[in-house]
Amino acid sequence: MESRINEFREGLLNTLKEIAYPLVAILISVIAGGILVYSFGKDPVLAYTSMIKGSLGDWNKFGETLVTVTPLILTGLSITFAFKCNLFNIGVEGQFIMGAIAAVWAGWAFAGLPAILHLTLTLLVGAAAGGIWASIIGWLQAKVGSHVVINGIMMNYIAMYTSNFLVRTALNVSGKAYSVEIADTAKLWRFSQAFVQFKHSRLHTGIIIALIVALVAYYILNKTVRGYEIRAVGFNPDAAEYGGINVSKNIILSMLVAGMFAGLAGAIMTTGVQYRVNTLFGFTGYGLDGISVALVGNIHPIGVILSAFLFGVMQKGGPLMQIQGIPKEVVGIIQGIIILFVAANFVKVIMGNIKQRKELKKTALQEGVE
Amino acid sequence: MSAVIEMKGISKSFPGIRANDNINLKIEQGEIHVLLGENGAGKSTLMNILYGLYQPDEGQILIKGKPVKIVNPNVAISHGIGMVHQHFMLIPPFTVTENIILGKEPHKGTTLDIQKAISDVEEISKKYELRVDPRVIVRDISVGMQQRVEILKTLYRGAEILILDEPTAVLTPQEIDELCIIMRSLVYQGKSIILITHKLKEVMSMSDKVTIIRRGKVIDTLNTKDTNIDELAEKMVGRKVSLTVEKKEAKVLSPILEIKGLKVLDNRKLEAVKGIDLQVHGGEILGIAGVDGNGQSELVQAITGLSKAEAGEVFLNGKDITNLPPREIIAGGVGHIPEDRHKRGLVLAYTLAENSILGSHYLKKFRKGMGLSYQNIREYCRKLISEYDIRTPNEKVIAKSLSGGNQQKLIVAREIDRDPSLCIASQPTRGLDVGAIEFVHKKLIELRDEGKAVLLVSLELDEVMDLSDRIAVMYDGKIVGILDAKDATEKKLGIMMAGGSAQDAV
Ligand SMILES: Nc1ncnc2c1ncn2[C@@H]1O[C@H](COP(=O)(O)OP(=O)(O)OP(=O)(O)O)[C@@H](O)[C@H]1O
Ligand SMILES: [Mg+2]
Repeated sequence: MESRINEFREGLLNTLKEIAYPLVAILISVIAGGILVYSFGKDPVLAYTSMIKGSLGDWNKFGETLVTVTPLILTGLSITFAFKCNLFNIGVEGQFIMGAIAAVWAGWAFAGLPAILHLTLTLLVGAAAGGIWASIIGWLQAKVGSHVVINGIMMNYIAMYTSNFLVRTALNVSGKAYSVEIADTAKLWRFSQAFVQFKHSRLHTGIIIALIVALVAYYILNKTVRGYEIRAVGFNPDAAEYGGINVSKNIILSMLVAGMFAGLAGAIMTTGVQYRVNTLFGFTGYGLDGISVALVGNIHPIGVILSAFLFGVMQKGGPLMQIQGIPKEVVGIIQGIIILFVAANFVKVIMGNIKQRKELKKTALQEGVE
Repeated sequence: MSAVIEMKGISKSFPGIRANDNINLKIEQGEIHVLLGENGAGKSTLMNILYGLYQPDEGQILIKGKPVKIVNPNVAISHGIGMVHQHFMLIPPFTVTENIILGKEPHKGTTLDIQKAISDVEEISKKYELRVDPRVIVRDISVGMQQRVEILKTLYRGAEILILDEPTAVLTPQEIDELCIIMRSLVYQGKSIILITHKLKEVMSMSDKVTIIRRGKVIDTLNTKDTNIDELAEKMVGRKVSLTVEKKEAKVLSPILEIKGLKVLDNRKLEAVKGIDLQVHGGEILGIAGVDGNGQSELVQAITGLSKAEAGEVFLNGKDITNLPPREIIAGGVGHIPEDRHKRGLVLAYTLAENSILGSHYLKKFRKGMGLSYQNIREYCRKLISEYDIRTPNEKVIAKSLSGGNQQKLIVAREIDRDPSLCIASQPTRGLDVGAIEFVHKKLIELRDEGKAVLLVSLELDEVMDLSDRIAVMYDGKIVGILDAKDATEKKLGIMMAGGSAQDAV
């Protein structure tokens, strides 16, 4: 028992250490953003308070923020999962789109099923669509050797036009620019149905699903044989192969799982928020934002939850800042600064430099004395 | 003679371990000074401090009598210190010239003056008699050549003091002789050399002085001419080491590994193994001798399923294992100590515990339901650590933080503890200290005495001759002859390794 507690504490400490640098980076970016706002002649304190108010000011705003956070967690997890196998799943956007449109189909075509069954089926169909979409990319990498990034980008476009095609044809009833709507039995339960606090928000149970998936991702990656193999392939494919690990299989599998997370994100947007899919004139951004979320979350499932929340707050707080006369571009700039700082590991590098500079100064002083 | 470098009272700790403990070291101008010590004694750490890669916790460094603070390698280079690392740091797709000038490129205005770069490289290569072709790509040259490039890189930066960390571990005997000549000529031209090596014969033939380090402390500094191999071994390990291999008469059983007409391509799709027939019996150690690059690596890869056999068959205990996936071959009872520990043997970013189960990670004993049982895994790794004397603070550190020799010991431990019926040992003692070599040899002989088959591939002729019961000589992808170890002499093997037949050798 004693050792268990110690182990737990050690694990916690390690996790804290891992998120310490991103946290400092975020702090620095917030300050940098403040200076920027100030240089526009606006009040930085007002900017940040309105950002917080706009996203967390009351239950409804909090709910809406979580609505944004939900898909970001899942797409962030998708990037994270593939990244552990050293794969950059830029195809996350396409997988998200396929998940969303597949969910429309399942939510509409299987109307008449009992609610729980129908909803579960719809979510699974969405996840499967994303998974299949991603495994194609994984398969191409593993068996043909063509790169995940190139194929990912291609598949994103194919997904977008496939979705638009379906919206116009098979999944269209009225000739409008959006698809059919899913049946009520396929819709996620909304908090507003039971809690007055969330009356004006679309908060749905998808957030709970996303949190559970984060834990599942953590468990698979760090505690299972599969995770062991995936990470080994990611770190050193030659050693993995030597250890009897099938490299191709693990590449395809990790893409499959990553795609399922992204597809689920799309399906949750369909079943929890949109109930249909609109004609896309460009990418939704949920997938691509997942890349930033994963980077800021330090490619760690739990970090992804925190970072998705941060991005949600910034995106939802933006409009109120704008009302206060602060350009909403500032939000984008702060986001950019955070990503730069975290992704380039600036804090670590800068700290290292400062230490070295100090040593040099000391030497110079010593030499001066002699 | 004056000391070009003096390290005074250097101490350095890593979490859980004191790698250097109040070390004093003095290097004189124009000498070859060997650092000798067990795996994990702290040699590389000390040199990394001198080169500015680590900062000492305590102590002082003097260069030509002047105290200096070496905060990074650039400072070291500016003081005329150059280092060739235990594991090379070249950029494979770059040419020799590009690698050498990297970071100090000659330029015309804003553009790189490649002509001048090439002529510069040619000039220093002539001056120090280190012949290289400045235009070839580093990926395509031999390990020995790559090492020359590393040495030239330091000379190009004006190094006066060269640190060579285990330069001979990866070289063939011929290349070692050449290196020896190079070092002599460098010293003759006024350079000083700090050399790390585990090979006592080399210490005796190459160096002027030896400093022995044990568990982070300096034990002694000796003049090479006043000492001998046995004394060095004893000082280094702290006990008497047997440098000769003791083994009983082999009790040869039926064949465990049978290879028939095997052909394998190398990664350039050229035939590297050109039709080999070979049997390794239970209860024997079959050594493969040969100059590097004669198909030994490809042979091993094909047996272990890491390369495809183009033709022929491989049987293990009578079962056809040709081109089976590696996992099935491992499960069938093959242990494999790979020749390159960083490429194949370890996932450097994994902990020792995680590395200790590579290849058997999916087995029930390491699982708890669907998940891995980290408790069992760590316990298992602790067992290996104590049984094989792996020097590490604990099993939770990553493999990268281990000293080179201890990384090797971890691999050896894992592969022997698998209890394989066939153990393939490629360069099993590369980078190990004499004590550890003795231990690994004993373990391989134990396997043999238990009736297991051992296939030993080694570039060290001594090792092959000492350990093997039979010796197969490989040349140009073929086995040119198999000798009984009793009949093998260095001369005979030498002739066969150059392509001569056993008849010529008589
Ligand atoms: N970066 C590091 N982090 C943690 N521990 C380290 C690190 N580098 C070295 N050590 C530890 O310091 C000790 C000395 O290591 P070092 O590499 O200096 O040994 P060595 O004498 O070069 O051995 P070898 O002959 O095996 O190369 C070892 O126990 C090693 O585990
Ligand atoms: Mg070393």
